[in-house]
Amino acid sequence: MKLNFLQDRKIPLAWLLLTRQPLRLLVAIAGICFAGILMFMQLGFRDGLFDASVTVHKLFDADLVLVSPRSMSSISMSGFPRRRLVQAMAHKDVIGTTPVNWNFLLWRNPQTLSTRAILALGFEPGSPLLIDPNFGEKAQSLKNSGRVLFDDLSRQEFGPVSEWFSEGRIVETEVAGKRVRVAGLVSLGPSFGADGNLITSRETFLKLLPSTPPGSIEIGLVRLSAEADHAKVLRSLSASLPNDVKVLTRQEFIDFEKNYWRTSTSIGFIFTLGAAMGFVVGCVIVYQILYSDVSDHLAEYATLMAMGYRLRTLFGVVAREGIFLAVLGYVPAYLSGQALYALVRSSTKLPVAMDPQRTFLVFFLILFMCMASASVAMRRLVDADPADIF
Amino acid sequence: MLLNFSTDAENNVPTVQIDGLSHWFGMGYTRKQVLYSVSMKIDPGEVVLLTGPSGCGKTTLLTLIGALRRVQKGELSVLGLQLRNSRRKTRQILRKNIGMIFQGHNLLRCLTAEQNVQMGADLLKNLSYGKRRELSRNWLGEVGLEDQMEKLPHDLSGGQKQRVAIARALSASPKLLLADEPTSALDSVTGREIVSLLKRLAIEQKCSVLMVTHDPRILDVADRLLKMEDGMILPVVE
Repeated sequence: MKLNFLQDRKIPLAWLLLTRQPLRLLVAIAGICFAGILMFMQLGFRDGLFDASVTVHKLFDADLVLVSPRSMSSISMSGFPRRRLVQAMAHKDVIGTTPVNWNFLLWRNPQTLSTRAILALGFEPGSPLLIDPNFGEKAQSLKNSGRVLFDDLSRQEFGPVSEWFSEGRIVETEVAGKRVRVAGLVSLGPSFGADGNLITSRETFLKLLPSTPPGSIEIGLVRLSAEADHAKVLRSLSASLPNDVKVLTRQEFIDFEKNYWRTSTSIGFIFTLGAAMGFVVGCVIVYQILYSDVSDHLAEYATLMAMGYRLRTLFGVVAREGIFLAVLGYVPAYLSGQALYALVRSSTKLPVAMDPQRTFLVFFLILFMCMASASVAMRRLVDADPADIF
Repeated sequence: MLLNFSTDAENNVPTVQIDGLSHWFGMGYTRKQVLYSVSMKIDPGEVVLLTGPSGCGKTTLLTLIGALRRVQKGELSVLGLQLRNSRRKTRQILRKNIGMIFQGHNLLRCLTAEQNVQMGADLLKNLSYGKRRELSRNWLGEVGLEDQMEKLPHDLSGGQKQRVAIARALSASPKLLLADEPTSALDSVTGREIVSLLKRLAIEQKCSVLMVTHDPRILDVADRLLKMEDGMILPVVE
């Protein structure tokens, strides 16, 4: 087979120009890598925030979710009458409902005795709450008053609850100033809003937070029959239920929470701005490197023009330098990003992970950064007057 | 863009034909004329030496013939192509057919001797990578540098660099060779070798040579000697 591209190949001038000064190349790679890491971390934190804010939402066993229209997010949930769930049960496609109370209470660390806010979920132990198939068995232990299931992914500041419980010790502490006993462990995960979680029965929840009206809940989980048209049921329930309740699909419930963090807080903006800063810093670094590279080789470029090389060909050389820099800078940035994500996961338990979308996004941002810088540096090439070299 | 260069001796077209060429630098009050109605011609295969004091306009004339500057006034035809009012693209294509040897070599520092020569050969169309590489090696052999091919410019002596520059200029099979003081940085023996080599290769390649020089030791290689002074070509000295 004849490989024409091999026959047509030329001297890899861009590569040779770049590698002629290894130290400068190393500095350029370090600069691009730094910009890449900055973008990976900022975008990772931003997406991690959005994902972490719905770790519990994703685990609910529900097809539709009822919330109060006054609820803004998981950190400011408003109540609505529990009887809306009873009304929803009247729909022929609804096969089950679970009322859930949702609020933040003060947890006392059983070891240090310091207190910290924990997200408490109260539900009827006989009703499904989470999609975890083993959860039903654990939930039975909550039928006794004063029992809670502790989230073993909660931050360490809540105390060595998981370790003590796994060792077989009886773990008792105070929640909202009232004594509770840990009856089991669940794995939910912390979010930006909540550093830790606990699940208890509604009965215990109401004892812990007596100001909550008994007929009021924050979330209503609705399960539909397998053959039900979710959109149709949603429309039907929205029309039939009073306007003190809002009906959402499970995905809408997740998006509702993410949207709050994205639009109603400055956190999403700050992290996006951080990523943009990384991009700008990278642009400046690559531009400086390429500009000084072109300036240093201006006489050589002018010689090539005098020999008959087109300006466009020389633009191509600078563009290829930009591509090489992008690839060489991206690889260590990606590897460092992976390592730093692992560090963040282990130290904060936030779900910060490399996903394909972000992998490509950062690569294309770095590539764009290098190409944009290269095209600005190319302007210097126009100054290369071949007549000057005589 | 296709350009037909009329260079064959049979066509009786001069390689370079200049009539009343004038050139200025600067604008307004700083405008200064450097060439005054220069007229000359170079025939195919002819070796012409251009001498004259510094600042008399030799290099400007060389750069105009080399299609590196726009013609301001007068007629300049190189390889049968009229350069007055020519487009940038036309001049760029013409330059592919002109070999240039610079006073300061201007080798690419990041390329080996062989790669530098191949940069010239790469301008040739319809030659595979292997052929272009072979051509480059052959030219380096012709200038006596077959054992220096892998060396970078900073590892070569001044004479060796000038030989590489000659090999680079010739590797693109030019029809006109322009050399700006190619022996100025060389000792007398090396300078003589370089010029003799240049003449021999030019004859073998059937290309015309215009060489700017101050070096009186190499005047005998010329078929014709032109002298410039104050932007004008002086009457021919036999």
